[in-house]
Amino acid sequence: MDFTFTEEQEMFRKAAREFAEVELFPRVAEMEASGKVCDAVVRALAEAEMMALTIPEEYGGLGLGYTARMIALEEIGRISVATAMMLQVFALGIESIVKFGNEKQKRKYLPGLAKGERLATTAVTEPAGGSDPASAKTTYRKDGEHYVINGRKCFITNSHIADTLTILARDDADPKAFSTFIIEKDMPGFKATHEENKVGMRGCNTGELSFEDLRISRDQLLGDEGKGMRIAMSTIGDVGRGGMVGCALGVQTACLEAAVKFANERILYGKPISQLPTIQSKLAEMKVDLEAGRLLAYRAAALQDKGQRSGNEFAVAKYFTTEAAQKAAKMAVDIHGGYGCMVEYPVTRYLRDSFVLGPSAGTSDIMKVVIARWVLS
Amino acid sequence: MYHVIICVKAVPDPKLAERIRIDPVSKTLKRSEVPLVLNPLDKNAVEAALQIKETAGAFLIVISMGPPEAGNIVRECLALGADGGILLSDRAFAGADTYATAFTLARGIEKIGRFDLIFCGMASSDGGTEWVGPQIATFLGVPVVTMVEEFTETEQESWKVKACIENGYRLMQVKLPALFTVTRKLNAPRALSFSGIVRARKKQIICWSAEDLGVAENMLGLSGSPTGVSAMTTRSSRRQVEIINGTSEEKAEKLVQKLADAGLV
Repeated sequence: MDFTFTEEQEMFRKAAREFAEVELFPRVAEMEASGKVCDAVVRALAEAEMMALTIPEEYGGLGLGYTARMIALEEIGRISVATAMMLQVFALGIESIVKFGNEKQKRKYLPGLAKGERLATTAVTEPAGGSDPASAKTTYRKDGEHYVINGRKCFITNSHIADTLTILARDDADPKAFSTFIIEKDMPGFKATHEENKVGMRGCNTGELSFEDLRISRDQLLGDEGKGMRIAMSTIGDVGRGGMVGCALGVQTACLEAAVKFANERILYGKPISQLPTIQSKLAEMKVDLEAGRLLAYRAAALQDKGQRSGNEFAVAKYFTTEAAQKAAKMAVDIHGGYGCMVEYPVTRYLRDSFVLGPSAGTSDIMKVVIARWVLS
Repeated sequence: MYHVIICVKAVPDPKLAERIRIDPVSKTLKRSEVPLVLNPLDKNAVEAALQIKETAGAFLIVISMGPPEAGNIVRECLALGADGGILLSDRAFAGADTYATAFTLARGIEKIGRFDLIFCGMASSDGGTEWVGPQIATFLGVPVVTMVEEFTETEQESWKVKACIENGYRLMQVKLPALFTVTRKLNAPRALSFSGIVRARKKQIICWSAEDLGVAENMLGLSGSPTGVSAMTTRSSRRQVEIINGTSEEKAEKLVQKLADAGLV
């Protein structure tokens, strides 16, 4: 068992860190203020080939796998978790085409997605809830060589910027059958409607989608008809949870760095507060959580890179790191004292961002359900 | 097509400068305690070479002298777009001053063979002498222009360059092969890309020892160095605040006087 990163992986980290510090950091304030996606950030992600990481080389991607993706998300999340979230969901939309698309679909969609000419997302969650996709009310109806889709999706990341979307819908003739379809934003009957105004991850778009008699050809069916639930669940389980883990690690790292910096600079009783045992205790806890989170994250990513199932391992990592990110943000704010309530200090952003990590790709309570099912199986 | 050699150095990460400690016995920096990175001005040298490759066509070889860990920065240059890398690494090279460093690099460059252009960063962030480039040129017997901030004409075998001097610049015409040390004004170094890192997998780094260079050990490292460090201390800087009182005009006048006294205006 080798717990060290390769020289190449260290270089990926360096590249991602430089990218985040140079390209993203100057735009964070703008994203915070507007709450909107920054076009320059999306362009920078594309130029840095961040959308291509997990797309196979034969379709214009880099084929670097999931450890490299985790590294990129961690480093981007350290500077802007909103951007990391956007990127992680691009990959979520891409993954189902990579894993379940036929050759024609891969050739049609993946090269443009790899270049960032087209942006992706996946849409499963509905007003009835995202953790119980079987209750989905969006339906499809077969009409000759076409399908007609009706329904609504909500809390969809990248809802208003995605060009290519993979959506889950139920067969209106068979309530137990679900299928996944690839749709494009300019198809008549499809509309991105309400855009959310989130407390955190501002600069990452979340909103609702509407399908009104959206008529698509059979070519848009992803995988086998009636097997869509498997596509949605395996993609969210491995790639979605894994992506949130990368985002959470970024927030944990940012919180620890900010807390250490402030604790070394803030003088109280004639010395930096970093010398006070109570502050050291908090910093130590944050560090332990970060180290443990990284071990969980990269072990799961390594399994994923080997082609093994990693959904359960990522459920553990997702539960641990998103909880730890919230804890780290609270501690970082506490260490800042009164300054921790001032928006000039990034810890206030980390605190807001950390609470958006929880529900995305399944809440901590849902992760416990998955983990309990795993240990009881 | 030009044959270009870029000399690069692994330096302790300048962003972590406060963590760098001095070894009281050897009077050298304890380099192992801080991660080594590509010397910032060497990035400008690499960028200059990459731009020539893109505009005129060139084969780029990066050369560095340092411990085995310095291989990482050579690999980074390959990821940025250099075609080949040479690492001069041998215990016999340790403790070299600028003279022995330049001598070793010059022997490495001679072993590479053909070159039209050599680029170096103007200075390293740890040593900061600005000597190694000119010394390499001297050992190789080629012209050198230091502190280059613009290549104004690069189409002939005789290049025109704009180089920085105190309070101005000089325009020079240089016949190739030549060595240039470059400033950060010359260009904006490109970022590492993931695809560049992947492409670097296929590129080779060759490691040469003292024996490979065929040089007697007394010409290398500490024993080949005519200079030595007699003392090294950490410079501490402390901010001083002085409140200037009076009317706005008086305050402006006093401020201008203070700046003038300090030689700043």
